[in-house]
Amino acid sequence: MNPQLRRRIASAALIIGFFLLWEFLCRAFNISDLVVPKPSQVIVTLWERAPALWPHTLQTLYTTLLGFGLGIVIGVLLGMLVGVSKIAYDVAYPLLIGFASIPKVAVVPIFVLWFGAGAVPAVLTAMIMSMFPIVVNVATGLATTEPELEDVMKTLRASKLDILWNVGLPRAMPYFFASLKVAVTLAFVGVVLSETVASNRGIGNVMMIASSSFDVPLVFAGLIILAVMGVSLYVIFSLIEMRVTGWAHRKDEFAIG
Amino acid sequence: MSNGELTHDEAFVELENVALIYGRGQTQVQALTETRLKIGRGDFVALVGPSGCGKSTILKLVTGLLKASSGYVYVSGREVGAEPMRVGMAFQNPTLLPWKTIRDNVMLPLKIVPPFRQQFHRKKKTEFRDRVEALLAQVGLAGFGDKYPWQLSGGMMQRASLCRALIHDPQLLMLDEPFGALDQFTREELWAIMQDLWMTRKPTVLLVTHDLKEAGFLANRICVMQARPGRIIDDTEVPFARPRSIEMTYAPDFVTMTQRLRELIIANRPQKEAA
Repeated sequence: MNPQLRRRIASAALIIGFFLLWEFLCRAFNISDLVVPKPSQVIVTLWERAPALWPHTLQTLYTTLLGFGLGIVIGVLLGMLVGVSKIAYDVAYPLLIGFASIPKVAVVPIFVLWFGAGAVPAVLTAMIMSMFPIVVNVATGLATTEPELEDVMKTLRASKLDILWNVGLPRAMPYFFASLKVAVTLAFVGVVLSETVASNRGIGNVMMIASSSFDVPLVFAGLIILAVMGVSLYVIFSLIEMRVTGWAHRKDEFAIG
Repeated sequence: MSNGELTHDEAFVELENVALIYGRGQTQVQALTETRLKIGRGDFVALVGPSGCGKSTILKLVTGLLKASSGYVYVSGREVGAEPMRVGMAFQNPTLLPWKTIRDNVMLPLKIVPPFRQQFHRKKKTEFRDRVEALLAQVGLAGFGDKYPWQLSGGMMQRASLCRALIHDPQLLMLDEPFGALDQFTREELWAIMQDLWMTRKPTVLLVTHDLKEAGFLANRICVMQARPGRIIDDTEVPFARPRSIEMTYAPDFVTMTQRLRELIIANRPQKEAA
């Protein structure tokens, strides 16, 4: 058995073990459904309420991807703007860090004020949250290009655009894709946050309503849906990352003496 | 001394009373002073000297990456930067792009430099590809075009880097200690390859190096520099016939020459370091 397969089996066993332990503890200590429902109960709820939950799941997924897509576009553009020159990078970095460290829950009420409750503030919150890691990573990837590599291009009389296209952007790719994994998770957090505060659709809203009517199994069902979607998006972007920037994850054993 | 032998019209590269000052105010450093240098078309000149003497600064001046604080730099009779000129450059670090294959790395200048640039999409799979393969074969990298830089050894990467510097037939080839990070045997192998490349293509070469043996093996002329402020203090013809062999570097004449250069460099070190 190869080590990778063994690691995967161990991971799967840990996850299954976690739920089994949860089930066991609930039964052993006779914990009330109103505090922590049993996993078996959550699964039954998921199954029974699936037709009602499905549109909300789609709504959350769609809002997340829309916000994330906008976050990518704006994040990459801003990152390029900041990263192309050393001076812009040094000047803009403090402001970026300042914006990035604002707790994003604080901007949701502002968006609601401007655009009303619903999908728009959710998309915008997702965009704002997923944008910053992308900006910072793209800018860092561009700004840390080796000066010698730029000298090679400059002696060839390459234009700024040539350098950006042939050296800067490919070099920033691993940074960009590394940020996507983080950013997609953040977009997701942003959407749920906004749905919880101000929306009548989406998983965040479902959980909000379920908790106010003490339908605790439904709250946990929402949690499970969120976890599954979050992990799936993370995995998808990890796979894309490995395919596109394999050169940055090379193994030494391939080298010829 | 061959400095005065070329007239203004004959010299391909000419530095006239060049000075260069880095920074300003208290932290100002005089990197070069009163530097004069003339290089004929197709010549091979080595710059040797202690570290910090401004050898690389001269390379950057000639390629137009830096601008002289005073004095003039001419290339092909015109002030540098006045008109486009094909330059190739290789550094101590091979600086290959890790996401491109060796073939695509070597092809990079053809993608950037006119007139190749305009033909690139039409010819990259045919004529340019053959051109790259031929050059790779000449440096002993036949069949390595599809490999990535990280799959090659240091010496092989440096060969590819030389190919990239030469693929667009530059009029001027700038070598900034390209063999400095290699082991002795690999280095000697690459000297022979470099000599072969120069003899078949005859670019004008300016080589910066710490290694007197390397300068003597490769160059037609060796210019010795002094540090702080940097200037050229000696200009020696290397009289040995080509093609030169590694054995030649052990001949008494050759050893006498490098010995003299070595003493010259040591005698002209800045005072505070002389002890």
